[in-house]
Amino acid sequence: MSSTAAATLNHHHDPTTSTGIANKKLLMWAFLASDCMFFGCLISTHLIYRLHPPPGTPPAREVFSIELTSFSTFILLMSSLMMALAVNAIQKGNLKSLRWSLLTTIFFGCIFLGCQVYEFRNFVFEKHLTITNSILGTTFFTLTGTHGLHVLIGVIWLSGMLLYSFTGRLTEKDSIDVESMGLYWHFVDIVWIVIFTAVYLLEYI
Amino acid sequence: MEALAKTDFLAKDDLPEKPFVLWRPTAKTGLMSWLTTVDHKRIGFLYGISGLFFFIFGGIEALLIRIQLAVPNNTFLTSAQYSEMFTMHGTTMIFLVVMPIGAAFFNFIMPLQIGARDVAFPRLNAFSFWTFLVGAIIVNLGWFMKGGAPDAGWFGYAPLTTRTFSPTHAIDMWVMGLQLLGVASIAAALNFIVTIINLRAPGMTMMRLPVFTWMTLFTSFLIILSFPAITIALIEIMMDRLFGTNFFEVSNGGLPILWQHLFWIFGHPEVYILILPAMGIISEILPTFARKPLFGYPVVVFSGASIGFLGFGVWSHHMFTTGMGTTATAAFALMTMAIAVPTGVKIFNWIGTLWGGHLSMRTPMMFALGFLWMFMIGGLSGVMHAAAPADAQQHGSYFIVAHFHYVLIGGSLFALFAGIHYWFPLMFGRRVSEFWGKLAFWLVFVGFNVTFFPMHFLGLEGMPRRTFTYDANMGWNTGNFWSTVGAFILAIGVAVYFLTMIYTYFRGARTTRDPWDARTLEWSLPNPPPEYNFRVLPTVHARDDWWYEKRHTQEIAREAAEHARAEDAHGGIHMPFQSIYPFCASVGILIGAIGVAVVDPANPAQYPGFWGPKIAVTILGGAIMFVSVVLWSLEGNEGYHIHLNEDGSIKDDAGHAPAGH
Repeated sequence: MSSTAAATLNHHHDPTTSTGIANKKLLMWAFLASDCMFFGCLISTHLIYRLHPPPGTPPAREVFSIELTSFSTFILLMSSLMMALAVNAIQKGNLKSLRWSLLTTIFFGCIFLGCQVYEFRNFVFEKHLTITNSILGTTFFTLTGTHGLHVLIGVIWLSGMLLYSFTGRLTEKDSIDVESMGLYWHFVDIVWIVIFTAVYLLEYI
Repeated sequence: MEALAKTDFLAKDDLPEKPFVLWRPTAKTGLMSWLTTVDHKRIGFLYGISGLFFFIFGGIEALLIRIQLAVPNNTFLTSAQYSEMFTMHGTTMIFLVVMPIGAAFFNFIMPLQIGARDVAFPRLNAFSFWTFLVGAIIVNLGWFMKGGAPDAGWFGYAPLTTRTFSPTHAIDMWVMGLQLLGVASIAAALNFIVTIINLRAPGMTMMRLPVFTWMTLFTSFLIILSFPAITIALIEIMMDRLFGTNFFEVSNGGLPILWQHLFWIFGHPEVYILILPAMGIISEILPTFARKPLFGYPVVVFSGASIGFLGFGVWSHHMFTTGMGTTATAAFALMTMAIAVPTGVKIFNWIGTLWGGHLSMRTPMMFALGFLWMFMIGGLSGVMHAAAPADAQQHGSYFIVAHFHYVLIGGSLFALFAGIHYWFPLMFGRRVSEFWGKLAFWLVFVGFNVTFFPMHFLGLEGMPRRTFTYDANMGWNTGNFWSTVGAFILAIGVAVYFLTMIYTYFRGARTTRDPWDARTLEWSLPNPPPEYNFRVLPTVHARDDWWYEKRHTQEIAREAAEHARAEDAHGGIHMPFQSIYPFCASVGILIGAIGVAVVDPANPAQYPGFWGPKIAVTILGGAIMFVSVVLWSLEGNEGYHIHLNEDGSIKDDAGHAPAGH
């Protein structure tokens, strides 16, 4: 792919649609609006139940390990940076840079998931907070678990894209595929910022 | 360089050689063609036929309910059977009848109205339908199982749905089925949103969109924003039932009231999901048969938008009797009164459309006028519920049943019947008999009113909903008897309506293009419309563009010839390839859902750890779905090109497209 050819592609305007916004991008934005409501309801559930702890519920502060969670939050934020670099790379047709950025994003995503698995095991086996034994456990594990599932889906999607980039079929023209995947990944990050604030930090005020 | 700047949509012309896995099905007839179809019109038919099929089920359930209530102390049904009947009647009519028939119109009509050749994501559209069907199957599986059908009401209030009170798999199936219906609806709605915003023909500005298309857009937004609430509610109850969590477990701090809030945050927008498409259909039919443009088009559009917007702020009027406190009650009462305003504005606009028009009393118009009147009665009894003290008396009584049947039958169903009759000539090229159509209308109209009008009085006299029988000395005998008589008249009317449709499909008189002398673009097509919809993509000049075209034939013909040449030079008409993977993904979902909802949990003595048939079936289904989705994305969204002769037939030498359609 020559650099002159690259210059003719405008990644912010799709001439085949009425609005100039690519269909896949619009689909992803609409989906994310839907997902906002999804997490909104789940986070609300947690915040409501937080106000009505039945007797015997362990204080969340004694369970949480804010240092670990802060670390994994930082890692997830950095993965968003790498995701942005990946989108930038494919828009310039730079496959090599794309692969490194994707690989780093996946790696950071996996670290986040690893931290979550460690955290869950720690809560269950050391702190004796399980999904069934208290309302805190119920809402905490369901909410963060659902977010973790979103991260896992993202990691699988990213890995699929990374493998696909070796087939030679992924070119600058397909940058919208990487870009909409990036939108999803950033959204999952932003949701985590909200969860980190509403579930963890709130307990330390 | 220029080739690079083109998108896939224009550039890829040749069929790839048939690969080992990613072969593209090309069947145009037979079972395979339906399983692999990506044509929005065929998918529309699939939705419509499924909706009508379940309409029979829901109708039979309703008749059984009415037979049971015809006389006091009846023993036709047991109380348990009665609970199954009203639960499945509600669930079926809302999710498996009105929504899919609405989706049938969205699919078939909306792309034609905006001058598009398909929806934005044809394969996703197929996936939506198949997943809808899977959800419908799961919800109804209970009829064939030992545990029976779901019996906790269409609203499934916790803690009645928890394992303590509903130990069988019936509720698991209801939960899983509704979950999948939600996935299907959201996927379809996302598709419609992108289609309407991005696939409009040149000149089709937003304020030129036909009102039905506008209502499709608003409904789709309501779907994507309200369904997540029930998704979460269903996940929570599923977690409670499968893993023993405490969301609705009162002894461990759960709050069952949360279910009601989450359910109605979805449930109230849902009623607008059911009525907005109906309002769109009516806004197409009234101008056509009044021979006038719609009165106050922008106002009708914006009141549709404000109904959708306000619809998210009124959910707690379903919960006035739960003791939310005076502030919340007052706020929700005010919002509920406020939402009556845009609805009333629409009614006045429809009356304004009729005013001074040359009314042509054809069957669709009869149903549309019936809608106007009946929906208004339903609206008036609805706004009565906004007054919280009055609502406390009406809550859970037959007054509510009367109200929502007036808006759902007198509103939604009348409009859907009007729409079926109105668009039948376009869909099948045959015209429905006026005599039989009008006979059906009068039977439905009379039967409907005889059934549901007495329920207002029954409710005010204190007859509660969802009771399977009553004593003879309550003063409810006459009302219930006539209500049952009315139900059978209504059933006969519906039967006449559909038998007429079936007869017309096979034997009806052939009709010409645009038999109603209508106003919107779908009528510019030959009937039934060809696979590629528009021989030449239209350029839109006015709000009722087909009306404009009919009066500017020379200008349009010149334009069309120019565009046809340009399109031919660009490589012809692009058609998407068919695909089997959306169907495969839905089959995977079906298997997984059976694993989650139907298979018994493993006996720990028999299997190590958490392994067992339940996990195995679920993982198998998930794996099939995953592989299908991967293949789906690998096969890509390519298509082929066709070239047309002057008369619209497909040129044989044009690429690899099979001749005919």
